[in-house]
Amino acid sequence: MPTFVYMTRCDGCGHCVDICPSDIMHIDKTNRRAYNIEPNMCWECYSCVKACPQNAIDARGYADFAPLGHSVRVLREPEKGTISWKLIFRDGREKNFESPIRTTPWGSIKSAEEYAAPSKEALKSQELAHEPDALNIEKLPALTPDQLKQGVI
Amino acid sequence: MGLFSNRKTVFVDSDVLVVGGGMAGCGATYESRYWGRDKKVVVVEKANIERSGAVAQGLYAINCYMGMQWDENKPEDHVRYARNDLMGLVREDLGYDIARHVDSTVHKFEEWGLPIMKDPETGRYLREGQWQIMIHGESYKPIVAEAARKAATEVYNRIMVTHLLMDKTKANRVAGAVGFNVRTGDYYVFRAKAVIVAAGGASHIFKPRAVGEGMGRTWYAPWSSASAYALPILTGAKMTQMENRIVLTRFKDGYGPVGAYFLHLKTYTENAYGKNYEPTWYENTKELVGDYIDRHPVPTCLRNHAFLEEIKAGRGPIRMVTKEAFQDPHKEQVGWENFLGMTIGQAVVWASQNIDPKETNPELTTSEPYVMGSHATCSGAWASGPEDYAPDAYQWGYNRMMTVEGLFGAGDTIGGTAHKFSSGSFTEGRIAGKAAVKYVEDLGNDVPQVSEAEYESLEKVIFQPLETYKVGRNEITGGTVSPSYLLPISGLQRLEKIMDEYVGGISAHYTTNEPLLTRGLELLGMLKEDLHHLGAEDLHQLQRAWELQHRVLASECVTHHTMFRTETRWPGYYYRADHPKLDDTDWHCFTLSQYDRESGNWAMEKAPVYHIID
Repeated sequence: MPTFVYMTRCDGCGHCVDICPSDIMHIDKTNRRAYNIEPNMCWECYSCVKACPQNAIDARGYADFAPLGHSVRVLREPEKGTISWKLIFRDGREKNFESPIRTTPWGSIKSAEEYAAPSKEALKSQELAHEPDALNIEKLPALTPDQLKQGVI
Repeated sequence: MGLFSNRKTVFVDSDVLVVGGGMAGCGATYESRYWGRDKKVVVVEKANIERSGAVAQGLYAINCYMGMQWDENKPEDHVRYARNDLMGLVREDLGYDIARHVDSTVHKFEEWGLPIMKDPETGRYLREGQWQIMIHGESYKPIVAEAARKAATEVYNRIMVTHLLMDKTKANRVAGAVGFNVRTGDYYVFRAKAVIVAAGGASHIFKPRAVGEGMGRTWYAPWSSASAYALPILTGAKMTQMENRIVLTRFKDGYGPVGAYFLHLKTYTENAYGKNYEPTWYENTKELVGDYIDRHPVPTCLRNHAFLEEIKAGRGPIRMVTKEAFQDPHKEQVGWENFLGMTIGQAVVWASQNIDPKETNPELTTSEPYVMGSHATCSGAWASGPEDYAPDAYQWGYNRMMTVEGLFGAGDTIGGTAHKFSSGSFTEGRIAGKAAVKYVEDLGNDVPQVSEAEYESLEKVIFQPLETYKVGRNEITGGTVSPSYLLPISGLQRLEKIMDEYVGGISAHYTTNEPLLTRGLELLGMLKEDLHHLGAEDLHQLQRAWELQHRVLASECVTHHTMFRTETRWPGYYYRADHPKLDDTDWHCFTLSQYDRESGNWAMEKAPVYHIID
């Protein structure tokens, strides 16, 4: 469902332009509001819908196979750590869902460089950052190169 | 250059340059920083790493997790699984390497805040299947991007990388990359000691089933524009298994995922008359592939094959039987949230068509083909394996380094390693990141130098479509038809039609042969010539122009590989009608190609498959 933007809600802030992975949300130069410049390259990923502070963006199912009259609306609340969905079928049936999106505060990830610097020797090993500890097993598994075979196994 | 005469050239220096900030690129960035504390790590992304790559929309499952801490699987088991699914042909050294590290990646994701579902009885991650764990992954990419942003020295969003730069002091060594800012039009020259290509695989090289407004609802993201392949191909890096395209059995029109439905919800398929059709095609399939059909689980392509044959026999549509499972409210919730977490469009299709799987068994379809290295197929660059056990034939330098010095890859870029998915792509990025830091350390003062002549001549080539459009537009009164230029969308549609009709797309029932491939190559050759006349009205169209260039080059590579492998290794993905059977005598091997940038010729060769695991 390509996205579209409601004229009365959009204030031209450009959040959708910044986030769209397909680069198809642009600001109209005349009315200074966002619109979908290339609906046939829309993946309906809802990145712009979720990012819009004015809830100005919605989607309408692709005209080639989606009959009119449906609605899939979303409210993403990063601070609360949830996402909520409301689905309305063409015949009016409704379904609601809510899921968690994150268990830790935004911005709380410990940076790679905050960990103690690894030794030069460790750079030559096969272990990656935080291994073997982060594997939750004693040591990194390894193979020996002595059992090569060709042909069908 | 008229309108764009104010274009600036921006130079960016780095030790490690990561091209593409999806899952693999974020992993590469994190690990490069961890090992290279004093290194300048730069990420360049054509969109915004907050929501870029195949995981932009989110995911509802992590499909590659061993669970070694609970003795659920060993890395060897995963290699056997991937090998079986790919009909015997995978780089076992690379696959084992990802499998042995992937658990530490997933544990980090959980620590960072990714909600992973737990089994209430055991406290372990909730399994969807043997390899899959279930997550609430709407913010999977934003979480991973946060870790990458903190690790990177600089992140450059909205820059489309078009070409890699080669070292002028040493042949076959990479020295950086060039591209343009899709907002400002500035030209970017990235000078780097090591480059990690972590760009996307290829959607939209074959004609999609929906060709109107819905053409963007491809299974793989429309922004996956084959840069993963075109960038290395142009440097002369060897590519492998590019014929190994994937066709997905998915819910109709939205291409909503079926994994959770099959594995967790225990739904199953039947034909239009309520019959399980897979046994019908057992003997037929055995005739084609021998006892590969008897293996467990049945390889994905062979299940596709039965689906396609049943449709051809006139007993479609094939449906997923959901009515029973969806009576359980928990399963109903999982079924819907599965879509909302990663393929919202399928929920829209069902809402629009009044399909409630509690009451209606929804239709399935098979997608157009895609070329990729991260999901259940393994196209990509030929890369050096892990130092501790990779066979000599698979080892010529640093782990995940291609056949070009200093050029690394991960995710969709690296071939031979199917079934890495999101977690495995991030993990492969980590492997490449560490190796790239080691490479840079070892370089010492022997620093690659970019050639001024090379990046200046590329600048002309890169921006030419803007000029071509401007000049040509004055010839005509209006509209999209010009005798002097081709718009990117027109070029894309021609590419998709050629690939569809000649290289085994949907309208040809995924079937091709040598005469068709030969003709396809002729037409691709003319398309390549016509790309010199691409016209771009603005910077957005210039991005589309370069995405098309990458897709066309990757498609040519796919076609040569398909021509070279004179067997049908993966019926259900594609058929060589002139060589309809699997042929382990001649083709239990990898296919390799190398492109010569000067002549435009492709050299093909075979490489041995070494089995390291029983």
